[in-house]
Amino acid sequence: MLINILFYVFSATLIGAALGVVLARNSVHSAMFLVLAFFTSSGLWLLMGAEFLAIVLVLVYVGAVMVLFLFVVMMLDINTAQMREGFTRYAPLGLVIALIMIAEIAYVVYYRHLDLNAELLVAPTTAVAVSNTKSLGAVLYTQYAYPFQLAAVLLLIAIVAAITLTMRARPNLKKQDISAQVAVGKADRLQIVQVASEKRP
Amino acid sequence: MSLLGLYNSLAVSEQVALIKTVQIIGVLLAVVICVAFMTLAERKVIGWIQGRIGPNRVTLFGIPFTEGLGQPFADVVKLLFKEIILPANADKVLFLLAPMIALVPAFATWAVVPFSPEFVLADIDAGLLYVLALTSLGVYGIILAGWATNSKYALLGALRSAAQIVAYEIAMGFALVGVLMASGSLNLSDIVRSQAGALGWNVVWLAPLAVIYFISGVAETNRAPFDVAEGESEIVAGFHVEYSGATFATLFALPEYANMILIATLTSVMFFGGWLSPFDGYLGAGSLLSQPSFLWLAIKIVFFLFCFLWFRATFPRYRYDQIMRLGWKVFIPLTLIWIFVEGLMVYWHIGPWHR
Repeated sequence: MLINILFYVFSATLIGAALGVVLARNSVHSAMFLVLAFFTSSGLWLLMGAEFLAIVLVLVYVGAVMVLFLFVVMMLDINTAQMREGFTRYAPLGLVIALIMIAEIAYVVYYRHLDLNAELLVAPTTAVAVSNTKSLGAVLYTQYAYPFQLAAVLLLIAIVAAITLTMRARPNLKKQDISAQVAVGKADRLQIVQVASEKRP
Repeated sequence: MSLLGLYNSLAVSEQVALIKTVQIIGVLLAVVICVAFMTLAERKVIGWIQGRIGPNRVTLFGIPFTEGLGQPFADVVKLLFKEIILPANADKVLFLLAPMIALVPAFATWAVVPFSPEFVLADIDAGLLYVLALTSLGVYGIILAGWATNSKYALLGALRSAAQIVAYEIAMGFALVGVLMASGSLNLSDIVRSQAGALGWNVVWLAPLAVIYFISGVAETNRAPFDVAEGESEIVAGFHVEYSGATFATLFALPEYANMILIATLTSVMFFGGWLSPFDGYLGAGSLLSQPSFLWLAIKIVFFLFCFLWFRATFPRYRYDQIMRLGWKVFIPLTLIWIFVEGLMVYWHIGPWHR
């Protein structure tokens, strides 16, 4: 009963937030709606018993990705009138893409529905006593160890590529060598001079 | 009688929900009261360190010999009655929403903190992940406040603060990976239980990680010496320049102090045995001093909170590039190295991993 209410509340919020992402005029508001969308979908996953995925969604997307995204969006100076110019021209293309995506989702849902046996429909999570995280880890580091490593290497390559693309040597840059600053000792800065005292006249 | 009868007439699940609600309100009230007295303790302790007296006028509801104890309540009343100013060019909705967004993660994280062997609000399996996820949300309040204010100083403060929090969060996460490896569980109660016995505390084998975690915690909460986000000599007050009255209290004071108490609690739980007694494993199991209790946790929390104040009174403010260097170039490599060392210790069964 309570779970049903929560499900509908989360779903309604999710759909509202998703609409907000597209319809909001201000791009920072759009980004915040996206954060809300991530949050509510994480809530939906929690209701399904996928606690690890739900928390990792918040940790990775809301906690890291969206923060950087918000940074970028806040710095942009967007002229909304200019952005809206090509709207009617691109609308048919956008509609086609949206329809294809809806068809794909519908296909997956329908296909899954055919495959579902009655056993899975009844409380899929409570059957397993092992925690969500543990069971995921058990598969990830044994059966899927190589794909997992491959994904990690792929991310590493992306990081290296991004850094090489943006890093450029600037020859005349004035820099402070912090290690040298930190390593400075008394002997480098302080000189004790013995000054002979004035002779009494 | 009638209330008890009403309670008994409820279904078991409803009774549990009622008890949980009461517990949640109790924990939140306790945190808020601790925050109130933390502000007083800060002014008193720093006063003593600097050879001053600190607040010593307002009594607690006129009771004699409580001079100074009423100061937090006087401050709260003062802040609530002040006018809330909305800057003309501010984004009104986000300007008022930001303090609330800052407040939620600071309070919600308390759900998984194990206070004693018996009492924890939500004993969930992925507790450690939950803590990481919620502490990573604290930055939103600051970014949004800075942006919505629509002022240069606020935006600069928000950017500084956000970059700093993002940098130190990674080091914190890696330090907790070490804890996870040592305890073999994401459940905070299990993490505490795994530290039982002589030399059992995680700090013994993970000392570098413990130090890094606590220092990163100080940086996360934007406390001195890492408080460039509000560096008053450069950017006036950073992200909360335009906030006044109650919005100032909820954006700035409440989350900052609640987060300080949270970091102190988490450091005790992750590395210093939480509610375990420091004499556990040295004195006999029957000894009164070696019993696990909330009191031990409270003593550890108070010690770490004192460290926060001690740092503030002792160290000068870091320069911004030095903060970034410390986070990215010192702490993150150090945690990675220690995780590797820990892996070797696990592999060769050294230390607590000899079984």
